[in-house]
Amino acid sequence: MEKILEVKDLHVTFTTYGGTVQAVRGVDFHLNKGETLAIVGESGCGKSVTSNAIMGLIPNPPGKISGGKILFKGKDLTKLQEKKMRSIRGVDISMIFQDPMTALNPTLTIGTQLMEGLKQHRKVSDKEAKKRALEMMDLVGIPNPEERMKQYPHQFSGGMRQRIVIAIALICEPELLIADEPTTALDVTIQAQILELFEKIQEVTGVSIILITHDLGVVAKIADRIAVMYAGKIIETGTKREIFYKPQHPYTRGLLNSVPRLDAKGKLKPIDGTPPDLFSPPKGCPFTARCPMAMEVCNKIYPGSTTLSDSHSVDCWLQDERAKQLLATMVTN
Amino acid sequence: MLKYILKKLLIMVLTLWIIITLTFVLMVSVPGSPFNSEGNSNEIVQQNLERHYNLDKPIHVQYLLYLKSVATLDFGPSIKQPNQTVNDLLGRGFPISAELGLITIIVAVISGIILGILAALRHNGVIDYLAMGIAVLGISIPNFILATLLIQKLAVDWEFFPVATWKSPMHMVLPVLALATGPMAIIARLTRSTMLEVLTQDYIKMARAKGLTPWKIIVKHALRNALMPVITIMGTLLAGIMTGSFVIEQIFAIPGMGKYFVESINHRDFPVIMGTTVFYSAFLIVMLFLVDIAYGILDPRIKVTKKEGE
Repeated sequence: MEKILEVKDLHVTFTTYGGTVQAVRGVDFHLNKGETLAIVGESGCGKSVTSNAIMGLIPNPPGKISGGKILFKGKDLTKLQEKKMRSIRGVDISMIFQDPMTALNPTLTIGTQLMEGLKQHRKVSDKEAKKRALEMMDLVGIPNPEERMKQYPHQFSGGMRQRIVIAIALICEPELLIADEPTTALDVTIQAQILELFEKIQEVTGVSIILITHDLGVVAKIADRIAVMYAGKIIETGTKREIFYKPQHPYTRGLLNSVPRLDAKGKLKPIDGTPPDLFSPPKGCPFTARCPMAMEVCNKIYPGSTTLSDSHSVDCWLQDERAKQLLATMVTN
Repeated sequence: MLKYILKKLLIMVLTLWIIITLTFVLMVSVPGSPFNSEGNSNEIVQQNLERHYNLDKPIHVQYLLYLKSVATLDFGPSIKQPNQTVNDLLGRGFPISAELGLITIIVAVISGIILGILAALRHNGVIDYLAMGIAVLGISIPNFILATLLIQKLAVDWEFFPVATWKSPMHMVLPVLALATGPMAIIARLTRSTMLEVLTQDYIKMARAKGLTPWKIIVKHALRNALMPVITIMGTLLAGIMTGSFVIEQIFAIPGMGKYFVESINHRDFPVIMGTTVFYSAFLIVMLFLVDIAYGILDPRIKVTKKEGE
């Protein structure tokens, strides 16, 4: 399968008065054409920073891509000039933001905001731009598009605004769409509608999607593959089946256990503790302090990646042969 | 819309009436009369003068006469300069003050906004500190000190510009500079702080994600939202500056209307006090009305008229 995006050993740091925050510490993943990859993890684990890095939207200063490569169709985006990057943003790679209430400019009409990306990047007449905008509004399911184009964001509901944001992102027919928590700010019924919309647009346009979220329900619905992120690293990746049915990393298991279930009895099982301080991240596995199965080695050395199948890999010492033997003896005793 | 304007007009008239009444009350309660200072010790002369200007009538009659003069926009002759009516004085002074004021405002707004944007874009950088340094100086140096400094350096020492009076565009440079610095500084600080706030908004990030050029992002997306507070102060600023500055017009010997505000009170020149007050108030009220309308144009969320059905 053709890889549209490859992120290799990406490091992003932010310099502040208090020191340097290592927000992303060596992230590797790839995205195949036409698939949906979900990056999941709790707040502050570096999901959004990773997506902003791909877009070239890390504010510099204080932020900086301090290492690694982002290969988009073989081209390293981290090496591109801002001007060149601008011609990729919104054209080849688009982004959808979390809160549709604030992502649209309150003083410009929906039509203006829809068409301006198109007018910026393609030589189109006003008439063509309008035609394309109407098509997009139709695609994302906005009734009376002709009339709605002349209105302002405050005249739209939250769900409708998110549809507009999606239409704006798709108007230049990008090959890659990064959706940063696209449903978090919406209520549940609207969430379902927006997720269906994602499925529909992927079917229609064949766009590849990176979905950033902490909501495993969203992931279960539309992702093909999942990357679990913790403290600036991807600790486990696999297909949706592999992650949901055969999670290997204790953190992934913890995440899945902390999802409320209708059929479960008793209390919800949260993961105890808090993520490590990224000003001075631990040398070993960052999850050690919260891990119920932590061993001495975990604290000292970061585990290498273990490949479990073509698609499934995990960074955990429990995959080591010696740990497996130890576990086996513990079980027999 | 028509209903809204009518309602607004009614409120404006009401406001004006309150201002006129307050001014009248203050005027009659201040001790002294227009004729004391001139050494008209002759009581008969004084009484005749008072009768001539209706100052011998009971207070409520005087009040009604004032209201009538306001309603007919005829404030009568000045007591101090009996050969000129108040309307003559204002009619001659206002165009000059307004010209100076308008140029000043244009200079202040353009330079203030540019300075504010530059400072916001280079937040905590050299340009930011430089721009805000200029702004602090602009706010803290009184304009009469600036005016005298400008005259000393640019007119007397280097002879770039004429020292005073109001004739050619060259004559305008120094008074405009002296008068514009304060408002420019205020506008620069205001623009900077709102711009900084607006630049962190999601829709700016979204505009960047669309691949727009920085110029478009600033002018189309940020500036419009950042200008709302500037618009707010524009009403008072316009009214204050366009009706003339006593100090600056004195220093540069500009025959504007600024001096009448102060002189009329010193001389208890009642018709002129009334005329300047009514004129200034009416001007201010109209400016504030225009600001209200401008809000609605700049920000569609603010509906000037009643909410349309959605």
